[in-house]
Amino acid sequence: MVWFKRSKDGITTSTADKKETPEGLWYKCPTCKTVISRDDHAENLYVCATCNHHERLSSDEYFAILFDEDKYTEIAKGLYSADPLKFNDTKPYPARVKATQEKTGLKDAIKVAHGKVNGETLVVAAMDFKFIGGSLGSVMGEKIARGIDKAIALKSPFMIISKSGGARMMEAGLSLMQMAKVSAKLSQLSDAKLPYISFLTDPTTGGVTASFAMLGDINISEPNALIAFAGPRIVKETIGRDLPKGFQKAEFVLEHGFLDFIVERKDLKEKIGQSLVMFKG
Amino acid sequence: MENYLAFEEPIKVIDDEILKVREVEENSGVDSSKLIKDLEKKKTQTIKDIFKALTPWQRVQLSRHPDRPYSLDYINALTEGNFVELHGDRNVKDDKAMVGGFGQLNGKTVMFVGQQKGINTKMRQFRNFGMPNPEGYRKALRLFKLAEKFNIPIVTLIDTPGAFPGLEAEERGQGEAIARNIYEMMRLKVPVICVIIGEGASGGALGIGVGDKVVMLENSWYSVISPENCSTILWRSWDYKEQAADALKLTSTDMKGLKIVDDVIKEPIGGAHRHREEIFASVKDYLIKNIERLQKLDPEKRTAKRHEKFIEMGEYKGR
Repeated sequence: MVWFKRSKDGITTSTADKKETPEGLWYKCPTCKTVISRDDHAENLYVCATCNHHERLSSDEYFAILFDEDKYTEIAKGLYSADPLKFNDTKPYPARVKATQEKTGLKDAIKVAHGKVNGETLVVAAMDFKFIGGSLGSVMGEKIARGIDKAIALKSPFMIISKSGGARMMEAGLSLMQMAKVSAKLSQLSDAKLPYISFLTDPTTGGVTASFAMLGDINISEPNALIAFAGPRIVKETIGRDLPKGFQKAEFVLEHGFLDFIVERKDLKEKIGQSLVMFKG
Repeated sequence: MENYLAFEEPIKVIDDEILKVREVEENSGVDSSKLIKDLEKKKTQTIKDIFKALTPWQRVQLSRHPDRPYSLDYINALTEGNFVELHGDRNVKDDKAMVGGFGQLNGKTVMFVGQQKGINTKMRQFRNFGMPNPEGYRKALRLFKLAEKFNIPIVTLIDTPGAFPGLEAEERGQGEAIARNIYEMMRLKVPVICVIIGEGASGGALGIGVGDKVVMLENSWYSVISPENCSTILWRSWDYKEQAADALKLTSTDMKGLKIVDDVIKEPIGGAHRHREEIFASVKDYLIKNIERLQKLDPEKRTAKRHEKFIEMGEYKGR
């Protein structure tokens, strides 16, 4: 026995009268499921107006937010991966890199650019998570190194926007050494008395957390970003019980003393600009 | 009681045989010295055959051999017991997976720091399987700074399956602790030599692994991930650990070829665990010689050179 009855007919629009909805016109927040037009979402810097979920951004999108009038010069654009280990798992490494390059239109997992932020010169290295998980390999290490050289040449502060799963396995020992390489460059930057801002965005884990991401003169993050050395799944396996709520999120990391502050995306440019002025004394 | 790895089984067979012959000799009084001599000869040849063509995975297994000497074995042998162990990070606690202290090497003080594994089940737990927590890395840094203050050279002994991935480790900033060590080691004004004596797993190893000389024992391994974990991630199963060990180029020869480590210290045929005194002597020789060389350099230049060495690392194409 049914307890409700359809009083009207179902869909009555004839196929010919149906309107097509173009793909990608709408954005559905993965956290609260609110639907909003793509334009409004972009206007809101890719932050959900309802639940404040910060969508992951690309290097270009961060450059657009940070640099005055979206004007900046990219450096070391042409660097790409070699295959020093002849690494072959289910696919040879060069083939994997090439496929990813074609899919993403990127050369590697980081871009480095310099420009002005509220009138202050800044060199920014920003990662792209969609390129093999933003993994740290020789190219990323070298690009950051050149970014630091540029900062020293321009006598400018330096900023890294981290968004990475950690070291790139296909470069094995060499990728591990990039942690030391970048630290050596940061040491030179420090000797030049130039500020280093580390901006940890969702997610920042593994070898990136265990090296330059944690070494900022100031360490900052976005709301709810995952920041970890060992990822939550590994920690859960190690301890054999569920993790506390909010574990390894930016707020948790701030509370434990490893971040200076968390910044909403809408305030990012202002807060970076303000900090740059502070460093000048 | 000796332990044997699966590929060392043929050696065990001969060892058992020798034991049996000795027993018979004792009970019956029959002279079997000729037979034993032959068996010993056969054993030497068998060891030679096995050890002349080790695969990367076999070397990984050797690096974890339960009879292999650990950090404190080296420290005690190298200093002939003239060692003062120092404890604690002055902040949270004393990490038993990281040991360190002053020792006299050839009549001169050296600061030794290393990861420490346990020799039996109880000790392995006590040492947390050689997996330090953040306080272990901070203890190491405290000792590095102490050494720098008194112009004492530093020797680190690396032997870890990785930094501990626990809940408290994350709360107390495992990432920050390792990062800080890498950075500060780069800037130390005293000579630093890092010796990978067993396992050199990823950031957990690098956290005490930045030095003027980084050197591997022949049957140790050093990479960004263990072959087992690499296999799990890339092939979604532990069964490909041998392929992973090949692919990672983690042996001492490969790592020297890639210029990631400066030198390799040869192990006697049969491995460090069969010839402890010999490997202690080789490591001691290496350290004495290289500390002396490094001490001749101007501190500023030595540190700058250390920076340059690591900055050179990496291979890429394009401009």
